[in-house]
Amino acid sequence: MATVEPRRYGRRVFLGVLAGGLTSFAWAPAASRILSPLTSAGSQLLGNVFPVGGWRIYTISGSMPVFDPHTWSLSVDGLVEHELKLSYDDLRRLPVAEQVSTFHCVTGWTVHNVRSRGVRLKHVLDLAAPRSSARALRFVSSEHPYDDSLTIDQALLPDVMLALDLDGSPLSRPHGAPLRLVIPEMYGYKGVKWLERIEVVADQPTGYWENLGYDQDAWVGRSNGYG
Amino acid sequence: MHAIAFLVLLGSGLALYLPSLAQLIGRRPLLKDIHVYTAVAWAAALVLVVLAGDRRSLRRTARELDVFDRDDRDWLRGRKAPQGRFNAGQKLNAAITAAFAILFAVTGTLLWLGERDTRFRFAQTILIHDWLTQISLVLFVGHLYLAVIHPSTRHALNGMTRGWVDADWAERHHKKWTRDAPQ
Repeated sequence: MATVEPRRYGRRVFLGVLAGGLTSFAWAPAASRILSPLTSAGSQLLGNVFPVGGWRIYTISGSMPVFDPHTWSLSVDGLVEHELKLSYDDLRRLPVAEQVSTFHCVTGWTVHNVRSRGVRLKHVLDLAAPRSSARALRFVSSEHPYDDSLTIDQALLPDVMLALDLDGSPLSRPHGAPLRLVIPEMYGYKGVKWLERIEVVADQPTGYWENLGYDQDAWVGRSNGYG
Repeated sequence: MHAIAFLVLLGSGLALYLPSLAQLIGRRPLLKDIHVYTAVAWAAALVLVVLAGDRRSLRRTARELDVFDRDDRDWLRGRKAPQGRFNAGQKLNAAITAAFAILFAVTGTLLWLGERDTRFRFAQTILIHDWLTQISLVLFVGHLYLAVIHPSTRHALNGMTRGWVDADWAERHHKKWTRDAPQ
């Protein structure tokens, strides 16, 4: 039986896939924007099992802190008139703020339409009464040794908050229960999870990721090599 | 070698990627090290195989995987057609997997370098690495099914692990291989 002249398609498939993959550095962002409404739809259904809706969970230590509502408190100390130990209920009783914003991770992934509910830093600082020498806030996580900081001006930006709820539910363990800092204009590493302490200081310290070479002022699109 | 390396990379990768596993296992720094060093070891092993192995035989295999004839085309269209040592599906899988290996290495290296140096930090790198993972997972499940479960193909695993296959099976499924093999 006569056969058609065989062709070297194997290498064409190989090179084609390679070319498609390498050129994807150019078309991937657009494709992702188009596809993201499809993947976000399933995020409430599948929850924390799959990273649908875009969330990934990063940690720096062996395991995530566990929130015990009976013993947990947020300490506020340093250059303040009144040192505070706010319980979970204390925070719930403060004026409520809600917002929808976008989360940007410095590694390149993004989550849109993130609903946060919690407390503006102004209300916590009003209770603590920072001294005149206070310039910055150091946010300390229960996940040691993670910490980061903001200047007081940055902490008082209109879309900065201490979040208790994410997308309508109290923060789950992977998302930093019970409290996390939210600052949408900066990359996610500034938004300390599993918050346990705010230290009011005169000089802004470098935090965990800053000590590893990441920018202190982590403005989205204008820092860390982007923009 | 491929199976073990792939599974370790997949396992560590999933523990880094899935929130449920990240919560359960944690240990992100350790998993990252396992993931990166396994990838490097696999690449080194491939180089070793080429340098120390039977390059003639490897070239022959590469050629067999490269050439598609009319029988392959018919086979891919679902018709019965005699196949060589590798059927058309296996050839396609090999070509795609080889390209993916390079793409994984490129994106993986950029991710690793980008963590430390902003010159290598691109937002889409992790997207592409993700998509490769998702597609690979699909290919892998199919591959696993055919290699371990599907009755007419699982005998091929014997060929890879013990170096021989049943002559009757080869006659039925890889007719052109037995036909062209020395008697």
